[in-house]
Amino acid sequence: MANPLRGEVVKLYKNLLYLGREYPKGEIYFKERLKKAFMKNKDVTDPEKIKELIARGEFVVKEIEALYYLRKYRAMKQRYYEDDPK
Amino acid sequence: MALRALVGVKRVIDYAVKVRVKPDKTGVVTDGVKHSMNPFCEIAVEEAVRLKEKKIVSEIIAVSCGPQQCQETIRTALAMGADRGIHVDVSAKDSETLGPFQVSKILAALAKKENANMVILGKQAIDDDCNQTGQMTAALLDWPQATFASEVKVEGDKLTVVREIDGGLETISMNLPAVVTADLRLNEPRYATLPNIMKAKKKKIESVKPADLGVDTASRIQILSVEDPPQRQAGVKVETVEDLVSKLKESGCI
Repeated sequence: MANPLRGEVVKLYKNLLYLGREYPKGEIYFKERLKKAFMKNKDVTDPEKIKELIARGEFVVKEIEALYYLRKYRAMKQRYYEDDPK
Repeated sequence: MALRALVGVKRVIDYAVKVRVKPDKTGVVTDGVKHSMNPFCEIAVEEAVRLKEKKIVSEIIAVSCGPQQCQETIRTALAMGADRGIHVDVSAKDSETLGPFQVSKILAALAKKENANMVILGKQAIDDDCNQTGQMTAALLDWPQATFASEVKVEGDKLTVVREIDGGLETISMNLPAVVTADLRLNEPRYATLPNIMKAKKKKIESVKPADLGVDTASRIQILSVEDPPQRQAGVKVETVEDLVSKLKESGCI
């Protein structure tokens, strides 16, 4: 049970949960999918494979951050720079 | 070179929230509504952090004026990379009438007190859209100002700023200390991640009263009425081209 990578997986899960609070489709939608994604791989024991999955999770974190940034940027641009030719 | 940057951050209703006007038209509903840092303030914080990463700025002080909850906004700034925070405690009732004039007096007093060389602010807040605080702070301090910055470069004690102006860009050069206000395209603010917010809890937030800084927060502005923008008129469906043409003629479009 006490896998040395357990801490990292938990940390990733917590980070994603925190990010999910702002998810455009709602926190509940995000949480369900997040849990499903983690539960799907709960039986993985190979450390290499776990590391690979963590890396994928971290990639998702980056993607969500970028999504939030773009969403905010677009909203600001629409509201304040309406007649911009760009 | 050891510059000190003072960054103003404002707690506003989150940009994604649909704002509702209070039934008595005195303001907007803020109770139980999600608040976050003003997006332009985020850009200002990010710029200060980037200058710190380039070793130009040695310390970043994040300031916010308002009720107790403003500490969360300061915490976000600390999580993004500010070193310490100052919370100017104004009660919830008073902060409703706290305008750019009062805030700029507070910021000017703090800039002097903290020996700041640079004040970085967002160009405007998305709640009152005043776009005055930076300008007034510069005037009160008698410092040069660079508003609507889309690029900031520091060389020695000179500051070169590219400004967004109507129909193009303007490059200006000025001496430090100076006031800079951030425009949308200055940078891409980083996300305050959970681990960084946790780490930011160790950073100090000092709490001061406006009176300690010798600032009177009484407002000279009276809000007469706050109203919703006009509603868009509903459209109509037309059956035939003739209908469309006659409707267009009716409305004077053709």
